[in-house]
Amino acid sequence: MLSIIFGIVFALPSFMQTNQGKKINLGLDLQGGLHMLLGVNTQEAVVSKIKTIASSVKYFTDDEDIVIDELKFTKEKVNFVLLDADEKIKLDEMLGKIKGLEINFNTELEYELNLSLEEIEITKDLAVSQAVETIRNRLDQFGLSEPTVVRQGAVDIVVELPGIKTQAEEKAARELISKPSKLELMSVDEDRMDQVFNMTAAQASAYGNVILEHSIDPTQKFLVREIPILTGSQVIDASVAFDHGNQAIINFTLNASGSRIFGDYTAKSVGQRLAVVLDGKVYSAPVIRERIGGGSGQISGGFTLSEAGSVAIALRSGALPASVNLLEKRSVGPSLGADSIKASMMALIFGFLLVFVFMIVYYGYAGIIANLALVTNIFIIVAVMAMFGATLTLPGMAGIVLTIGMAVDANVIITERIRELLKQGLSIPKAIEDGYSNAMRAILDANITTLLVAVILYAYGTGPIKGFAVTISIGILASMLTAILGTHGIYEALGQKMQKDKNLRKWFGIK
Amino acid sequence: MEIFKSEKTFDFMGKRLPFLGFSALLVIASLLLLLTKGLNYGVDFVGGTIVQVKYEQTAPIKNIRDILNQTENFNNSTITEFGSPDEVVIKLTNSSSNLANDVGDEISKLLVNTGKFEIRRVDMVGPKVGSELREKGLMALSLSLLVIMAYVSFRFEWRFALSSIFALVHDITIALGMISLFQVEVNLDILAAILTILGYSLNDTIIVFDRIREGVSTTKETVLEKVVNFSVSKTLSRTTLTSLTTFFVVLTLFLYGGEIIHGFAFTMLVGVVVGTYSSIFVAASFLVQLKFSLKDFRSKEADKLKRKKEKDKLRAQFEQGTV
Repeated sequence: MLSIIFGIVFALPSFMQTNQGKKINLGLDLQGGLHMLLGVNTQEAVVSKIKTIASSVKYFTDDEDIVIDELKFTKEKVNFVLLDADEKIKLDEMLGKIKGLEINFNTELEYELNLSLEEIEITKDLAVSQAVETIRNRLDQFGLSEPTVVRQGAVDIVVELPGIKTQAEEKAARELISKPSKLELMSVDEDRMDQVFNMTAAQASAYGNVILEHSIDPTQKFLVREIPILTGSQVIDASVAFDHGNQAIINFTLNASGSRIFGDYTAKSVGQRLAVVLDGKVYSAPVIRERIGGGSGQISGGFTLSEAGSVAIALRSGALPASVNLLEKRSVGPSLGADSIKASMMALIFGFLLVFVFMIVYYGYAGIIANLALVTNIFIIVAVMAMFGATLTLPGMAGIVLTIGMAVDANVIITERIRELLKQGLSIPKAIEDGYSNAMRAILDANITTLLVAVILYAYGTGPIKGFAVTISIGILASMLTAILGTHGIYEALGQKMQKDKNLRKWFGIK
Repeated sequence: MEIFKSEKTFDFMGKRLPFLGFSALLVIASLLLLLTKGLNYGVDFVGGTIVQVKYEQTAPIKNIRDILNQTENFNNSTITEFGSPDEVVIKLTNSSSNLANDVGDEISKLLVNTGKFEIRRVDMVGPKVGSELREKGLMALSLSLLVIMAYVSFRFEWRFALSSIFALVHDITIALGMISLFQVEVNLDILAAILTILGYSLNDTIIVFDRIREGVSTTKETVLEKVVNFSVSKTLSRTTLTSLTTFFVVLTLFLYGGEIIHGFAFTMLVGVVVGTYSSIFVAASFLVQLKFSLKDFRSKEADKLKRKKEKDKLRAQFEQGTV
C-alpha cells in the first residue's frame, strides 16, 4: 500500500509534465539533439608549450641584452647557443624558474631544453581539462540550453546538446567548438620577405622563419618569425566593432604582461610589419608606426558579422590548447524522437493490456492482485527515475516494456505455489503463507542474477544502453518489492475472507 | 484456467538425448551460419556513418543512388528503405573526423533536387570508437558469464553453475545464428538484447534449478532423473506463463515499437523462445549428463546442517557460561 502511494506521488509530476517537482529527463534519442565524442590531440599542447618556452627565452635575452644564436625549436626541444659566457648565471637562473624543464648541454654553451616526462603528462592532462572548460564556455556564450561537456577517460570529451533542433544550428555549434582560435602576433622578417615566393618551408625554417598564407587571398604569402611575440593566452577581452568602411573587426585587450611585451616590442620595431595570425592564417600585417601602449589591438580581414562574433567568443573563452577530432557523433532530429516516443508508448500500452487481461483470465482474483502489483511497479519505476533525475532513452523505454512482461513473474511464481498447496488440500491462509515462503528463495536467486547482468550492462554500456540497464534494474527491484511486500499484504488481509468463501475458481482460477 | 495440471509428471529426462541432440543440431547450424554468412556489423562496431532521411513523399531511392554514386566520397554507400517507403537510410563505411565538415550537411546539399526531405538522424562512429565498443561488448558478455558462474556455484553447486552456463551459451549461439540468418544489423542495441536474453534465460533456469534443489532436499528419492522430472513438471506452468507474458510484450515491441528497435525486438523474440526451451529441456539435461550426485549433495547439506548445529550448541554453551 505504502509503495503504491509513494509511487503515485512521485510519478504524477512526470505524467503531467508540469514544472513542479522533479521530472524524468528525456534522452537525446527521444527529444532530439546532438551527441559528440571528441578526442583532444594532446601532443599539440606539448608542442605549443615548447614554443612558449622558446618565446620566453627570446624575450628574456632580448630584454636583458644577452646575446644568443641559433635559437630553434622542434616538437620536443629548444636549442640555442649562448655567445655571452658571462651571462650564463643570469640565464640559468631564469631557466631554472620554468617548471618541469630539463636543461642539457651539448657543449658548455650549447643549450638543449626538454620537458620532463612528468611535465609532458601534466601538460597533456591540463590540455584536456582546459579544452573541456573552453568548449563549455563557448557553448554557454552561444546560448544553447543545457549543454553538457564532460571529460571521458584520458583524452576524450563528451558533448551533449539537447537544444539543437535544426541542421544549421548543429553546424554553427560544431564550428564554434572546432575553431582552435589560436591568436598569434608575429614579426615579419623584413630582410627576407621579398624572397618568400622562392623559398621552401625547409629553407624558411633554417632562418627560424615560417611561411604563412593570407586569410582571404592564399596567393599572398608572408615570411614571419617562427617564434611569436605574443599568443592568445594573454588576451583578456575581445569584442566586435566596425571600422571606417563599416567592416566587422575584432578589438582585443591584452593582460598586463602581454601589454608590456607588446609595448616593448613595438617600440623597438617601428617601421616593420606585425602579422596578426589567427589559426595559422595572416589576417593583416600593418606597419608599426609608433610604440603601441595600453595593450589593445585589432584584427581586421573581411569578416562577416557572425564570423567576427564567433571569433570574439572564441578569443574571450580562450584558445583550445590543442585541436579536437570528432570520434563519434549522433544527431537525432526532434521529429524522429517524437516518433520514437509514440511508437514505444504504443508498445507499452498494448503490452500492458495484453498481460493485464491474460492474468485475469488465467488467475481470476489472484490475477487482479498481480495486476495491481504491475501497475504499482510502473509507477515506482517512473517515480524512482524522476527522483534521481535519471534519463529515459529509447532502449530505456524498451526496458520498461520488457519489465511489464517480467514483473508479473514473481507473482506468477507465488500464485503457482499457492495453487499447488491448495490442491494438496491446505487451507487458504496456510497455503498463502507456505506458498510465499516456498517461492521466496527462487524469486531472490532469479532476480539477483538478472540484476547482476543489468549492473554489468550499466558498467560497460554507453549512453542509451545505460538507460536500458537503469530501467531494467529499477524494474527488477520494484517487482521484488511489490511481490514480496505489496501482494503479500493484500493476500493476508483477504485470507480469512477467501477461506469463508472457499471459491477457489474465483480467487485462484482453479477448481 | 490452467494449462498444465500440476499433478502430472512428464518424463523429460527419459527423452533428454533427443532434446540434447536437437539442441546440438541447432547450435552447429548456428555456428556454421556464423562462420559462413557471419554477422552484419553496424556502424557501432565497425565505424562508419548512417544518415536517415525522411521525404515528404515516396523516397526516390534510385535517384539518390545515382547521385551518390557519382560522388567521390559517397560512391560506396548503401541505400535502403527504412520502415516506410518515404524513409531511407544511407550507410557509409567511412567516417569523417573533421568537426567542421559534416556528412549530413554534404548529403543534404547533394540531394537538394530530389524532393522535400528532412535529415532525421546522423550517426557517425569513428574506427577507434568502433573497436573500443566491440571490446567493451565482449568484455561485458564474458564478465556476465563469469559473475553468473560464481553466483550459481555459491548458491547451488558447481554442476548447476556449469549446466546453466552451457544453457546460456546454447541460447546465445542460437540467437546469434538467427541474427546471422536474417542479417539483422548488429549494433549496441543487439548487444543489449543478447545480454537481456542472458539474464532472462538464466532467470528461467534458476527457477527450475531452485525446484530441483528443493526436490533433492525434501524428498527421499534416490534416482536423480525422477527428482528432475518432478521438479521440471512442477515449474512447467510458471515457465510457460512468464514466457508467454514476456513473449506478448516483446511481440508488441516488434510490431509497434518502430523501425529503430526492430532488431532489438527481433533478437528478444528469438531469445525468449530459445531461453524457455533451454530452461525446460536443456539445462536440467546437462545436470543429469554431468552426473550430479544426489548422495553427495545430500551428505554435504547434512554436513552443513551438522556444523551449523554444533556452532549453535557451542554458542548456547558459551552464552550460558559453561565453556
